[in-house]
Amino acid sequence: MSRYTLATSIFNRFTGVALSAGLVLLVYWLLAVAGGPRSFASAARVLSLTVMKIVYAGCIVAFCFHMVAGIRHLVWDTGRGLERRQSQRSAWLVVAVSVLLMLAVGYCAWFAGARAP
Amino acid sequence: MSLRSPLGQVLGSGAAGEGVHHWWAQRLTSLALLPLTIWFVVSLLALPSLDYPTVAGWMHGSLTALLLILMVLVGAWHSQLGLRVVIEDYVHGAGSRTLLLVLVLFAHVLLAAAGVLAVLRMAFGVAP
Repeated sequence: MSRYTLATSIFNRFTGVALSAGLVLLVYWLLAVAGGPRSFASAARVLSLTVMKIVYAGCIVAFCFHMVAGIRHLVWDTGRGLERRQSQRSAWLVVAVSVLLMLAVGYCAWFAGARAP
Repeated sequence: MSLRSPLGQVLGSGAAGEGVHHWWAQRLTSLALLPLTIWFVVSLLALPSLDYPTVAGWMHGSLTALLLILMVLVGAWHSQLGLRVVIEDYVHGAGSRTLLLVLVLFAHVLLAAAGVLAVLRMAFGVAP
């Protein structure tokens, strides 16, 4: 049964590494804005490619999971929820809450995507 | 055999006196990133459009600039701490591990500086 807690632990690392790549994307976007309308327009051509939609979906999945799993880690740090049964239950809770969050953010982003340049 | 008491070994954070520094920094940055990243996602989704005038106008605001700078700095710090643990766990050659750690650290300092520069440029620039 511990494979669920194992899976959430590995996926927390994996999403953390993915979000490090997301940080590169964020800084690229900030630099594109700071470069003025023309640099923004050329960056927007790259950022609005269809393949980037997969990247954004990945960022949403990674962000939601890493945040919820991170909250679980912060709770653990207070010494709570460390028993085997508790951590197995919280592993499921992390999956459930983060999937709900992914759907909510994804739903909003889908409609925000219609407004993208 | 060590002459130090078990308690002293645990509390003692070694000669430099900061053994728990990495652990503590990882927790504090994750705590700070909770409100910062939630603010970022919500305000990005709340923008009426993602075209240049809207995004530039948003970044021109002082509060936006302040929170963006904090998010980039704390985010880069947290990311560097996290990647460091991953590298320390999975890269075993001493040489390649050190090289990778230094590269990751430099890359994060570069990212943080570039991000802050971009935000400041928009914050202090002429209103779009």
